[in-house]
Amino acid sequence: MASGVKPRVKVPKSAAAGEVITIKTLISHPMESGQRKDGDGNIIPRSIINRFTCEFNGQSVIDVTMEPAISTNPYFEFDAQVPEAGEFKFTWYDDDGSVYEDVKPIAIG
Amino acid sequence: MNIKNTLTTKLCTAAVLTAFAVAAPAFADEDAELVINGEIEIVTKTTAPAHLEGHLTEIMSGWRFRSDDTQAMEMDDFDNPGMLGAEEGLAQFDTVMGSEGKACADCHDGVESLASVRPTYPKWNDAKEAVYTIQMQINDCLTERMGAEAEKYDSKKMLNFEAVLASVARGTPMNVAIDGPAQSTWEQGKEMYYTRFGQLDLSCANCHEQNYGNMIRADHLSQGQTNGFPVYRIKDNKLTGAHSRFKGCIRDTRAETFAPGSPEFVALELYVASRGNGLSVEGPSVRN
Repeated sequence: MASGVKPRVKVPKSAAAGEVITIKTLISHPMESGQRKDGDGNIIPRSIINRFTCEFNGQSVIDVTMEPAISTNPYFEFDAQVPEAGEFKFTWYDDDGSVYEDVKPIAIG
Repeated sequence: MNIKNTLTTKLCTAAVLTAFAVAAPAFADEDAELVINGEIEIVTKTTAPAHLEGHLTEIMSGWRFRSDDTQAMEMDDFDNPGMLGAEEGLAQFDTVMGSEGKACADCHDGVESLASVRPTYPKWNDAKEAVYTIQMQINDCLTERMGAEAEKYDSKKMLNFEAVLASVARGTPMNVAIDGPAQSTWEQGKEMYYTRFGQLDLSCANCHEQNYGNMIRADHLSQGQTNGFPVYRIKDNKLTGAHSRFKGCIRDTRAETFAPGSPEFVALELYVASRGNGLSVEGPSVRN
């Protein structure tokens, strides 16, 4: 597991029903390429986030495939319409098998 | 249930953002005002301090010379990648280091209590009889009080510390002392600022005093103010310290540079900081 990984998400606490909100997400992650060697000449194992998803009450909002050229600390900003109160669930999938999650509730009103 | 997926153009990482900035015509918006998180008002343009009489009438933060996209990144902490460093710095502040079993937080009452540090350094240190930068002071704390190893100048850890100290001081005007015992160091820094270096025979003043606002290759020259340090540089994808930046500048004049942490750069940092007296601290800032 890569060190210093921390998902961050910015979602408004509440929205009007049907309102389109902007969601910002960032995961601090080294995105290790697998090409570098450490001080002793050993290859540092590859660890890249390859997929990012956002779901709202179980329904997919976005599903992104990420390729190796993506920089450290991948940042995604997107809009989503909020039909009802519920929960946004964000998931990042790492090459090394780790899965990072964050959940943000949103109220109507 | 119908969730409209309106994925907009900002689906990208910092690296791709840079590509956008190059693709679109990026003109510096020199009339914009900087407010961070909609609440911290930053002075990015003000009257020059008295000692600059005859040289500059108005001083401007480097933020004013950047493109709209880069400027916007600094206006919200979530969008500012430099704040990741400040966050790590805060964690370091609470971490026990060294043989004494102490963390910074054991002596200092919260990082907010150190809000006066960033605007007033480099500063004369009475006990050591020398001008001290923030990083020198942190190293003294690490080695003398905490029994820890000294950190390398401008190392990631050091810059994280600097970033958190700057972040709590944002909005406070830079105010380094140039008189009293620090004066001879300040004079040394001033001498360096106006000395031509390298095969290209350029002084700091040739670019940052006589040509700010003009293009240097594809970029706008700023006044070279230090109020935004440590700086998150998009091209480096990490925080950069003032001394490392000086080193880059002097290297670009094709000269042998000084080392980060050297007495020459400490003097230059004091002088350059004094040229920005009056501008708000805005570090960790975002530049290209």
